[in-house]
Amino acid sequence: MSTLHLNAEALYSDLASGVRGLLRPDTALVGIWSGGAWLAERLQNDLKLGEHGVISSALHRDDFGSRGLTAGADHTRLPFEVEGRHILLIDDVLYTGRTVRAVINELFDFGRPASVTLAVLVDRGGRELPIHAAYSAARIAVPAAQRLSLARDEAGRFSFNIKEGD
Amino acid sequence: MRNPQLNKHGELIHLLSIEGLPRAVIHQLLDTAGSFLSVNDREVKKVPLLRGKSVFNLFFENSTRTRTTFEIAAKRLSADVINLDIAASSTTKGESLLDTIANLSAMHADMFVVRHSESGAPYLIAQHCAPHVHVVNAGDGRHAHPTQGLLDMYTIRHYKQDFSKLTVAIVGDIVHSRVARSDIHALTTLGVPEVRVVGPKTLVPGDLKEMGVRVCHDMAEGIRDADVIIMLRLQNERMSGAMLPSAGEFFKNYGLTQHKLALAKADAIVMHPGPINRGVEIDSSVADGRQSVILPQVTFGIAVRMAVMSTIAGNTA
Repeated sequence: MSTLHLNAEALYSDLASGVRGLLRPDTALVGIWSGGAWLAERLQNDLKLGEHGVISSALHRDDFGSRGLTAGADHTRLPFEVEGRHILLIDDVLYTGRTVRAVINELFDFGRPASVTLAVLVDRGGRELPIHAAYSAARIAVPAAQRLSLARDEAGRFSFNIKEGD
Repeated sequence: MRNPQLNKHGELIHLLSIEGLPRAVIHQLLDTAGSFLSVNDREVKKVPLLRGKSVFNLFFENSTRTRTTFEIAAKRLSADVINLDIAASSTTKGESLLDTIANLSAMHADMFVVRHSESGAPYLIAQHCAPHVHVVNAGDGRHAHPTQGLLDMYTIRHYKQDFSKLTVAIVGDIVHSRVARSDIHALTTLGVPEVRVVGPKTLVPGDLKEMGVRVCHDMAEGIRDADVIIMLRLQNERMSGAMLPSAGEFFKNYGLTQHKLALAKADAIVMHPGPINRGVEIDSSVADGRQSVILPQVTFGIAVRMAVMSTIAGNTA
């Protein structure tokens, strides 16, 4: 594991202002488990927003047949009515778009939102589905063999992890 | 020999018995069940994990409740469910069990949920079906009823959290009960320090001690200070000869009444796998009382069966 020279804290500040620009009066923030959930939690505090939600892709993944089920994977907590709400999804890294696809299906199991938009810390390209982020704090190229993810230390500060292979 | 329920990575591919399952696998199933419980609160009470899969419910022995909960669980996972009442089907025309399975496999079954009056029938099926096919034991003879065992563990964990300080009493017809056997294996694997089996000598043989339980023929001794009381149904249909003087006599000695329940801990929970025989093994006031968790058991049973089916379907042989 190595640390990429990407300043996650600086990117977070950019994300916070980007998210501010996307907010409507009744927008609900929903963080994608797990990195996106940390971001949403901090954004809720910093931007003084209403209670955020957390959503997991586990029950709608398209690789269930090959990877099976992750135990206790249902982290979805949506403490508000989804029906008719403007939902802003938050994630750390946008890559193939498959997680976002799964999460949108998960969201619709709870009701019909008025709209769904996506803001991410990093867009690493490599999309396999027509998914688009309304805001990304950085666009970077990462070799396909590497796995990029957000880490959070005990003080709540963010950094990036890169793992070789899968 | 490797446990036939696990693949070479130690992952569950069939659920045949709780005996021999590692503690971590049991906890993982219970954790997964917990995440499925909340699916019931959604607008859409269905997840697509088994979409496009066919689950065959093969009930060689009658059961409405277990079959229904398996059917609901499979449908909540988006599987296609085919119910076969084999008791009234080809076997009466002389077809062997393995021929039946071969025929159903040719119909592209992905999972068999099997109940059979012969102990070991689900093992035989698991050994002879194609590698991509998964088998769940829904009760075989007197041997095992692992999903009932797991849902009982889910219920206990839900109300008592920690297994390591509990006293659990299983009361009634232990000798005919596959539920008792599955519960005993699960409780000892999960580290419950005191498991008691309680009932008359004809229904609670002394050699059960070898399973690591305390045998009590006196009801008061058996349930005193218990945290959990699991009452079993008196299985009249499995009894031959004079195992019991009468149902009335049984109720007098071993039926759970408010009076006897007072011997257990004040916060003890009362469980029963159903269907209950009111006035035979349990008094109505206890079955409907504040300490009864019999109906939550049924709700948890669906989530537990969803966890079992989705877990084994996601692992390969």
